[in-house]
Amino acid sequence: MPSEYRLILKHLDQPGYTPDLDCYLRHDGYHVLRQALALAPRPGPDGKPISPQEQLRHEVTLSGLRGRGGAGFSCGLKWSLVDRKSGKPIYLVCNADESEPGTFKDRQVIYKDPHQLLEGLILSSYANDVHLAYIYIRGEFVEGARILERALAEARAQGFLGRNILGSGYDLEVYVHRGAGAYICGEETGLLESLEGKRPYPRVKPPYFPAVLGLYLCPTIVNNVETLCAVKHVMALGGAEYAKLGTPNNTGTRLVSLSGHIQRPGYYEIEVGKVTLGELIFDPAFGNGLRPSRRLKAIIPGGVSAKIFKAGEKVKVKRPGPDGRELEQTLDVLELPYDFTSLTAAGSMSGSGAIIVLDDTTDMVSALANISEFFAHESCGQCTPCREGSLWLAKALRRLTQGAGRAQDAEYLARIADSIPGGRTICAFGEACSWPVQSTVAKFKDEFVARGKDHEARRTAAAQAGETAK
Amino acid sequence: MPVTVPSALEAQIEELIARYPQKRSAAVMVLHALQDHFGCLAPETMEWAAAKLELQPINILELVTFYPMFRQAPVGRFHLKVCRTLSCALAGSHELHRHLCEKLGLDRHAHGPQTTPDGKFTVEFVECLAGCGTAPVLMCNDACHEGVTLAQAEALLAQCEGG
Repeated sequence: MPSEYRLILKHLDQPGYTPDLDCYLRHDGYHVLRQALALAPRPGPDGKPISPQEQLRHEVTLSGLRGRGGAGFSCGLKWSLVDRKSGKPIYLVCNADESEPGTFKDRQVIYKDPHQLLEGLILSSYANDVHLAYIYIRGEFVEGARILERALAEARAQGFLGRNILGSGYDLEVYVHRGAGAYICGEETGLLESLEGKRPYPRVKPPYFPAVLGLYLCPTIVNNVETLCAVKHVMALGGAEYAKLGTPNNTGTRLVSLSGHIQRPGYYEIEVGKVTLGELIFDPAFGNGLRPSRRLKAIIPGGVSAKIFKAGEKVKVKRPGPDGRELEQTLDVLELPYDFTSLTAAGSMSGSGAIIVLDDTTDMVSALANISEFFAHESCGQCTPCREGSLWLAKALRRLTQGAGRAQDAEYLARIADSIPGGRTICAFGEACSWPVQSTVAKFKDEFVARGKDHEARRTAAAQAGETAK
Repeated sequence: MPVTVPSALEAQIEELIARYPQKRSAAVMVLHALQDHFGCLAPETMEWAAAKLELQPINILELVTFYPMFRQAPVGRFHLKVCRTLSCALAGSHELHRHLCEKLGLDRHAHGPQTTPDGKFTVEFVECLAGCGTAPVLMCNDACHEGVTLAQAEALLAQCEGG
């Protein structure tokens, strides 16, 4: 029986659990931080002492934790790339710009358990010798920003933040920084530009990898809210223990946001890869299936940027067999374990962990038009293929939803979508706006062609009627 | 006419600026504070912000014209932002938007924010508000309302009317 595994969400929906510090302390809050700050240097194999910070970073590497923001990049590796020899300060920025349509998981932690995030953030800062950190929260989370400000004030008052934290000699200041409604601020280098008071135009990589040239051109770590919470649990359990959760290369737990045509939309926490896409949608412990007499039509498995799956689609996935060797298997998309590796191997991604379910009442042309309208609105405009392409896509889809479509629009959409990604843009937004179009048009092509033909036929009929009337 | 920023607000803004190693970083936070106070960001307000942050006015204008939450014209007392994006759209947010516009006598096809002639309500579509699990969602000023039915939307309007 598939079931939830609540680590990050353990307390936050319990009756009587409140976002204040007292409640957090009653639930063993800041215990992990106390332990971490009490760590002593340990002699290494070569006799040289290993600093507490290095020990903590090692645990994160051991844990196999992958970033929960969308890219699934190894957290330990990200931290290891930080330039520690530059002599410049190292900054940490928490990405709380939750904006990928379909995603609403970070919001739960921010609103209901802010101290869990702070503890993870303080631990991560300590492990990386960070003394100044920011939480970049999307502008629309007005109340969320207030909750975090309150939590920071409480933590400061109790000595968990500020100078000489818990008598350890470690200093850290954390501030909340609000965005103002732009999706592109979720892209980490765009976020840094925004935090510097500029338009959030993503930076060119190389050379501007945040780990080397981040905020104020200093080494910077950008981690998602959920990733920082996971760090707390990595340090509580130990990296090796944490890595036993989930599946190899997809360790730990993960928050999943379920929405769309489903009986029980909501947020769930699972061991990564221990639950399949189909179970997440149909099992009573999760989505509990579709509404009566509806049938599954399509699944967006990782936020609207992800390539769409068609119901009944078969995908070829390489997975370790019983003897450990890789075997190629053909699976129905519903049989895919919900993890980073399987979804990528199946040609899509688990992205931000947001699943949007579409049933047979969905008009795919309208659904895609909705998605493309989003990207056209949110493209930052820096790179021509994305700025122009995202608008052309939205325009073509607009005419297909407003009676002005053409039979060749399906081809036209595919051609534009193919012309945007693949290194032609500075950031991954180019991919993000193309993937839903490429996949939806390819997998539901008949709907798009039929719509265009129908519009053409109506126009021809109207023109002929006009001729006859003359 | 130069803008008058009350001393309490100026103190708050100075506290915001002190949070960053570089003044310019505070720009978005300062603009939020000014917009919350003045209702919108007029040219003289932007010039004040630029001077305060030791920037050129263009450095502020380029932010105000980029970030969707900033505005150069005032909105109604109750600013209703309805989520337009996919999960909310599947749950009826477009019907919700239409209903609000019809109730308030606004043009639902017009682009951008629409304000009632009495200046009481502004309605606009916005992109995903990260409330997809409780769609459709809308924001009324700073508060997020989830799973909003047409009846609840009407009740909200009535509540605002009374308030």
